[in-house]
Amino acid sequence: MIAENFNYAAPGTLQEAFKLLHEFGDDAKILAGGHSLIPMMKLRFASPAHLIDIKNIPGLSYIKEEDGYLKIGTMTREVDLEESEIISSKYHIFTDASKLIADPQVRNFGTIGGNIAHGDAANDHPAVMLALKAEVEISGQDGKRTVSINEFFYGFYTTAIQHGEILTEIRIPEPANSFGSAYHKEERKVGDYATAGVAVAVEIGADGVCTKAGIGLTNVNSLPMRAERSEAALVGSKLTDSDIAAAATMAAEDCNPSTDLRGDVDYKRHLVKVITKRMLNKAISRAK
Amino acid sequence: MTITLKVNGTEHTVDVEPRTLLVHLIRENLNMTGTHIGCDTSSCGACTILVNGKSAKSCTLLAVQANGAEIITVEGLATTEGLHPIQEGFHLNHALQCGFCTAGVMLRAVELLEKNPNPTDEEIRWGISGNLCRCTGYNNIVKAIHWASAKMQGKELPSTEPQFV
Repeated sequence: MIAENFNYAAPGTLQEAFKLLHEFGDDAKILAGGHSLIPMMKLRFASPAHLIDIKNIPGLSYIKEEDGYLKIGTMTREVDLEESEIISSKYHIFTDASKLIADPQVRNFGTIGGNIAHGDAANDHPAVMLALKAEVEISGQDGKRTVSINEFFYGFYTTAIQHGEILTEIRIPEPANSFGSAYHKEERKVGDYATAGVAVAVEIGADGVCTKAGIGLTNVNSLPMRAERSEAALVGSKLTDSDIAAAATMAAEDCNPSTDLRGDVDYKRHLVKVITKRMLNKAISRAK
Repeated sequence: MTITLKVNGTEHTVDVEPRTLLVHLIRENLNMTGTHIGCDTSSCGACTILVNGKSAKSCTLLAVQANGAEIITVEGLATTEGLHPIQEGFHLNHALQCGFCTAGVMLRAVELLEKNPNPTDEEIRWGISGNLCRCTGYNNIVKAIHWASAKMQGKELPSTEPQFV
């Protein structure tokens, strides 16, 4: 399958990329790892007239702890997350997710920025970001702005990234208390989108009370979805088995899955309930 | 667009349309047909090659993205000294029947062994989870990768006798 014709540019600086974005307007798309965009172009679901490849722009790939945040550069490849010491020692949710995102070859090229900026509720990082209560930095010709992940996803393939802008950094606030996180999705086979997926992050104070809870759901809503009611129920609780069961039930009730080849609505709600419960238990045991 | 890339040690300068996929450049412009196109949707891994040492599905990369890159395809595995250990492993362990997926699995295995010279069965199975084989089944492929791992480290070679389960 061959994409429609397009022009290709690989600028060496962000400023050049912004210039091109302004020049080409809506006809331009940013190319990061390309492992979501190129398949769509081959199927002709997307036919941008201009591709702006940002792989030659230095300084967009890093994982570092700074100013109270875990900061991840937009061009950081999935494989870099998998192999990072900071990630594997502390942010287990990424290790869980990376293993389930596509396959090793795709993870060699796919980027975290691309996974989020694609704006697809079936991708895995959006739910992870919701659970971690992340912020993203969006840059444009006039400077940078920070957007909470809560205000990032607008609709199917649309996000807070405006014309002329590029998502440049992902920021995860560093936990204040004992922290544990976990992610799992049910998939029919390696490389499939989630039938349902649940991302969980919890912080637990010295007295055993939950001080912060994040739960993000993959592919059971038109947008990546936060299980707000579950989170609110967990904060302030002692995270007992019944607290966990109640939160899992709420997540299953509040999500909006649709019936497709991966399963019907009831099945997907059931998966959300089971996975939420398991991931909460996993995250709690990791926090201890 | 004119791009320059090194394939199996030889530099090529070619003129391509930006929409040309890397796998088509390799097969059609450079006439190296060892890299196969299976699903054409980055699921099957038959088109796997190494781009700057990283295993990649060449049906999901544009040729222009590989401008300046060093590429290894299956044609670049053997040397005048003989087969690459992974090729020898596949040969001796009967790790292929039709051979369609083989080039891709071997190149994926080369990167896997580079990063993890002593993989467990499970690490191998996760490691090749992006490559589909529709005839041999994976047991002999896993066995072949273990064999290559031993060979590359100068260790005692495991038996290549068939295992009946």
